[in-house]
Amino acid sequence: MSTTTTSDSRSSREKAPAGERVADWADGRLGIYSLAKSNMRKIFPDHWSFMLGEICLYSFIIIILTGVYLTLFFHPSMNEVEYHGSYIPLQGQLMSEAFNSTMHISFDVRGGLLIRQIHHWAALIFLAGMFVHMMRVFFTGAFRKPREVNWVFGFLLFVLGMFTGFTGYSLPDDLLSGTGVRFMEGAVLSVPIVGTYLSFFLFGGEFPGGDFVARFYSVHVLLLPGIMLGLVVGHLILVFYHKHTQFAGPGKTNNNVVGMPLLPVYMAKAGGFFFLVFGVIAAIAAIASINPIWAMGPYRPDMVSTGAQPDWYMGFSEGLIRVMPGWEINLWGHTLVLGVFIPLVIFPLVLVAIAVYPFIESWVTGDKREHHILDRPRNVPTRTAFGAAWISWYFVLLVGGGNDIWATHFHLAINSITWFVRIAFFVVPVLTFMATKRICLGLQRRDRDKVLHGRESGIIKRLPHGEFIEVHEPLSQDALHTLTAHDQYKPAEIGPTVDENGVERKVSGAQKLRARMSEGFYGEEGQIPKPTVEEYKEITSGHGHH
Amino acid sequence: MSSQDIPEENVPAERATDDHAEHGHGAVAVADEQNPFADPGLPPHEHRIQDIDERAAKRSERLVALLFVLSMLATVGFIASYVAIPNDKSVFIFPLGHISALNFALGMSLGVALFAIGAGAVHWARTLMSDVEIADERHPIEAEPEVKAKVMADFKAGAKESALGRRKLIRNTMFGALALFPLSGVMLLRDLGPLPGTKLRHTLWSKGKLLVNMNTNEPLRPSDVAVGSLTFAKPEGLETDDEDFQKEIAKAALMIIRLQPDNIKDKQEVEWSYDGIVAFSKICTHVGCPISLYEQQTHHALCPCHQSTFDLSDGARVIFGPAGHALPQLQIGVNAEGYLEALSDFTQPVGPAFWERG
Repeated sequence: MSTTTTSDSRSSREKAPAGERVADWADGRLGIYSLAKSNMRKIFPDHWSFMLGEICLYSFIIIILTGVYLTLFFHPSMNEVEYHGSYIPLQGQLMSEAFNSTMHISFDVRGGLLIRQIHHWAALIFLAGMFVHMMRVFFTGAFRKPREVNWVFGFLLFVLGMFTGFTGYSLPDDLLSGTGVRFMEGAVLSVPIVGTYLSFFLFGGEFPGGDFVARFYSVHVLLLPGIMLGLVVGHLILVFYHKHTQFAGPGKTNNNVVGMPLLPVYMAKAGGFFFLVFGVIAAIAAIASINPIWAMGPYRPDMVSTGAQPDWYMGFSEGLIRVMPGWEINLWGHTLVLGVFIPLVIFPLVLVAIAVYPFIESWVTGDKREHHILDRPRNVPTRTAFGAAWISWYFVLLVGGGNDIWATHFHLAINSITWFVRIAFFVVPVLTFMATKRICLGLQRRDRDKVLHGRESGIIKRLPHGEFIEVHEPLSQDALHTLTAHDQYKPAEIGPTVDENGVERKVSGAQKLRARMSEGFYGEEGQIPKPTVEEYKEITSGHGHH
Repeated sequence: MSSQDIPEENVPAERATDDHAEHGHGAVAVADEQNPFADPGLPPHEHRIQDIDERAAKRSERLVALLFVLSMLATVGFIASYVAIPNDKSVFIFPLGHISALNFALGMSLGVALFAIGAGAVHWARTLMSDVEIADERHPIEAEPEVKAKVMADFKAGAKESALGRRKLIRNTMFGALALFPLSGVMLLRDLGPLPGTKLRHTLWSKGKLLVNMNTNEPLRPSDVAVGSLTFAKPEGLETDDEDFQKEIAKAALMIIRLQPDNIKDKQEVEWSYDGIVAFSKICTHVGCPISLYEQQTHHALCPCHQSTFDLSDGARVIFGPAGHALPQLQIGVNAEGYLEALSDFTQPVGPAFWERG
């Protein structure tokens, strides 16, 4: 290209505006125009539930920003020092440098307490946001093809977020978090054969030793956030690549995405939402104290406070450990600590149960198509019931994790709460599953009714022979379409196992299982047939319709 | 099993209404005689007041600008608070009570500064930017068959040129090398900590060690321990500023109670006690919390972490909760000077159970 060449619309004397020249420069090296062509006016559909993921993304950014600030002052060391900061009640106390520097951040660095509290609050909101976002994706079936990989990315972010949170709140080496670390040591010790070795390697010897804060620190600020950052980027790239899902509605099909463009609407809305989230978290940190380590004091393995609770996202594992009977098997000079080891095994299984569901569902349906239209939870009763059962399970364990708090606040015996949780662990998910499924089927019947007979108008009409009826108003075509847009699967059948020549066909156990599950999902008990055009026409044509 | 084993009849047919996809925005919704459930296409755009009334648009503009100005003021407020408010000033704010003035001022001004930017941007987007819905096409994620065929051919060519399949010796040794080299990394983890040995079996207690009151740092006499009281003790010679204090107290922490001797149900507990004074490990046998709640009427000790409950009048056996075995007892007596002393170390490991505990 000759140096005089500029864009076509301009004469060669006129220079392009500065912004365009910078963009040209970047395009020549990075190819940004091709990137912008497909993304600058990318369409995003609008629904309140789509912002839940944004809350997670923004709180993650807030955590990184505030976390970097905290590293400027925090000393990840367990060397013992005497406290001489400005908090009078702890004067002269022996404590680790980790605790001392956290005290310094809280009382002697101006704004340090605020940043600490923003960091911790944002972590709680990050985890809560991921939990709710995951439920949104689950109940609307947004995990279906082509988004299964992104579901797994999100799940990994949730699990890694839990461990990043745990290693983070253990860093100040205060009495509460130290108790949590001791619990972790006990759990590691329970692992058969290698548990004692793992514990010694983790703590650099006997608990608590002098190493774990420094080790947790590198895990908390580098290893886990590094992996998470990669996953977040991958998650977002896939969201862009797949294009966002949308709910059924007029003009919305599986082959389009209806909404507003990234530039300017979502740039402003999503960009603005970052500031809204940050602003709200800053205000929370201004008025609500979190993890007041000065009130708990430095960690001592021989001291503890009552009402010790982990951060909320660890509560379900706390529930597992609290309600498990203390089984111990001693044989041949060895101890199998089932009372601790079983909870340690169930802990990941609780999480994996929800993570693998999408793959089970896709196996049962055998559906290989792409799905971009979201399901209404009622239209997939078995999935919705499974999700609700899982949540109820999770919350039963949260109750178990806070059994002492429940006991003191509601004046209940700790023993009865523990027994309640032990039974509820098995019973409540089953009951929730059945109740949710019934509710979904009921809602499906109501939708069917509305489509076929119209909406209850509230107008009562008296017929010539004296009968009173309520006038039903037919739905608009928009509503008719929206309420009938969902797919309904037919249960998969194995078919005859003996062909016409009497030759028996082999049916594998997996096939039988799949057929049975498919019957459960999509059989008569699993869904209400949606109204057909014929049914609608027959009823609306007037024959016998009041 | 692949899903090919079962016919695909259960998968519903593609939505019949997809041909309506090309209904652009604002397409007139025509009731379909054939299919009343057909997709009527995007509804026509409804104007907002700002679209038709310039004065309303101006009002929105002013509100957005006001929010941005508010944010600027709040940032000024943040800087002013940082400079003006001393770090240790506390202030009463209803209903929060006495809180740090600086934390409150910084947090609220930062919160307002950020929230106002967000609120302004969102209000701008909602009222002044176009809200006409646009439909964008989706394309299948899967590659076209020709693309796939090309990739498969390329891969085959590359694999063939590498001769990996043909030269098995190279392939197998390469796999071997790649499988082995991570072992170096595993080896490097070895020095993360020492081997356990019998460290978990021993504590600082040994014959003749005095029981020192944790609070007063004085050796205990039997008369210091009243019936119904709970006393925490450590072994003589262990001081809080010792380098390994944390590690040692994590095993050696002791709780001492005094019972009426005839209230003690367990025979060994009586033998290892002194005049109704019994000493148990304070470290819970569940996951190692220090047990610190004692109910003197029932002689029950409760771990506040996971509520394991031990009957201290009956060999500290577990009567409720997740702990798997009784608290180890320390055999105690009184020395010539009349002080309480240990008669040996704990005879079984204290704290959480582990594989080698036996």
